[in-house]
Amino acid sequence: MIEVQQITRFFGRVKAVDNVSFQVEKGEILGFLGPNAAGKTTTMRILTTYLPATHGRATVAGYNVHTDSMKVREHIGYMPENPPLYQEMRVIDFLNFVAKIKGVGAKNIGSAVTEVMGKTDIENVKNRVIKQLSKGYKQRVGLAQALVHNPDVLILDEPTVGLDPKQIIEVRELIKSLAGDHTIILSTHILPEVSMTCERVVIIDKGKVVAEDTPDNLTKALAGAERLNLVVKGPKDKIAEKLTSLQDINLITSTARKNDLVNIQIESKTKEDSRPLIAKTIIDSGWDLYELKSEGVSLEDVFLHVTTREEGTGQ
Amino acid sequence: MRNFMAIFNRELKSYFSSPIAYVVIGLFLLISGVFYYLIVSNFVQVCMRADMQAQMYRMAPPKLNVNMMAIRPILHNMSLFALFFLPLITMRLYSDEKKTGTIELLMTSPVTNLQTILGKFSAGAVLYLVMLLATSIFMILLFIFGKPELGPVLTGYLGLFLLGLSYIAFGLFFSSLTDNQIVAAVSTVAFILFFWAIGWVSGFVSPALGGIFENFSLIGHFDDFAKGVLDTKHIVFYLSFITMGLFLSNISIESARWRGK
Ligand SMILES: Nc1ncnc2c1ncn2[C@@H]1O[C@H](COP(=O)(O)OP(=O)(O)O)[C@@H](O)[C@H]1O
Ligand SMILES: [Mg+2]
Repeated sequence: MIEVQQITRFFGRVKAVDNVSFQVEKGEILGFLGPNAAGKTTTMRILTTYLPATHGRATVAGYNVHTDSMKVREHIGYMPENPPLYQEMRVIDFLNFVAKIKGVGAKNIGSAVTEVMGKTDIENVKNRVIKQLSKGYKQRVGLAQALVHNPDVLILDEPTVGLDPKQIIEVRELIKSLAGDHTIILSTHILPEVSMTCERVVIIDKGKVVAEDTPDNLTKALAGAERLNLVVKGPKDKIAEKLTSLQDINLITSTARKNDLVNIQIESKTKEDSRPLIAKTIIDSGWDLYELKSEGVSLEDVFLHVTTREEGTGQ
Repeated sequence: MRNFMAIFNRELKSYFSSPIAYVVIGLFLLISGVFYYLIVSNFVQVCMRADMQAQMYRMAPPKLNVNMMAIRPILHNMSLFALFFLPLITMRLYSDEKKTGTIELLMTSPVTNLQTILGKFSAGAVLYLVMLLATSIFMILLFIFGKPELGPVLTGYLGLFLLGLSYIAFGLFFSSLTDNQIVAAVSTVAFILFFWAIGWVSGFVSPALGGIFENFSLIGHFDDFAKGVLDTKHIVFYLSFITMGLFLSNISIESARWRGK
């Protein structure tokens, strides 16, 4: 549905986007993750035909963003970082206007607007002037304008930024409910957002794609550095010694608790799940195993890992 | 056409749902009205004095021309006031969209730049037309209390309209250059003043050069309209000037897209 091939964009001498390529399949939600100034907005603006790329090629819904921009525009709904709202208009008038310029047929405008107000849950404010709405409602009106013509592709630039926690959850739920019918690209600098809403992630940093996969695979790829928490009954130092003698296991901390219980945290770099081996080792040594838990790797770790490696300071 | 109408309607509604239209129309009427009053009362005094003199010397009263002595200066005054008021109408057309980010909506919707430009321009033009129609009350009063010729009034208004459209076209252009409305308005006034004044310097340079300058003078082309002369060369001049302003707006928007401004 979306194909990006080696896109580069300069602003003067600043290379905001550097040879970025990726694809999005029909019906997929792609998370576009990166810190501030990574080039997320610029990439999205290129896909929405707002900005031309300096080099490279991109197609959306089968149309080239550069040579067929009007066709592309018919097939996309775009919510920029700041929702583009005419503050002095009433919600319903604004959505009618957007429906018109998005090419919704005159007969269908009424029903399209009603439907999108239902989807985004803004019917109760439809007669209010936009500037009097709360930030959360403005964000929904922003989503509604992107959705009103029922586009194949939705491009959402940091859709939850500036919202309070309750609103964030609501907007995420809304976005998830849109998947399937629409192909979605969603940018964010918030990690949990991606694992919660997206099926696939492209991580971008300083204009470059540094990783691309499902949130699960990305965290697994970094595994090898899986963390395990254990509670064992036995002598603290001996347990630590025994565990570290195993291959690919490093001790992080061990602290003694009451009743001979010991809390142990280890890092496992084994290919396979090391939990059975560890359990067996402890039982065979005659100690009691009370708890054995894998912490997994958070997307946070992945993110730090790929971005610091990029700088050459990390591994 | 649909897109053009959508943009046009939105702009026009936005003018009339904010105070700007009423303030500009109101002030324009007020200032034009003050000068109208001064010019007309002066004209009436001149007439009365002439009548008295005629009676004193037992001569027929002279025929003073209300078109020449009152209407023409009134039209000229309005052409100047429009220069200061129209940029207040055009300054927001693009600058505001740039500032608030709604330009991103327009430029990612299947609407061409030309449709947007023409829609915005026409909304400004209609607002200006409303302004001019409101001032027609002044002329109607003259027709009730005197016997002016209708022709020069009509050509004068046509000239005023074309002149104003030239201001609006370039007001739109300067608005497309910046996200700052004040900058847009001030540059428009400065630019238009330059094209006013270009006719005045023609007296100081060689006749050949002076002729060229005079041809470019915005107000020079208005004189004939105010006199009641309808000459296609002046109409063509204003239409070219307007087209140039709209064309430059298009270039400016397209180039801003490339530069990422
Ligand atoms: N219109 C612009 N003019 C000049 N530089 C820009 C412009 N837009 C973005 N940049 C620069 O490009 C880089 C990427 O910006 P952006 O795409 O907005 O990143 P993100 O959305 O990931 O925060 C930044 O260094 C930013 O300063
Ligand atoms: Mg951004």
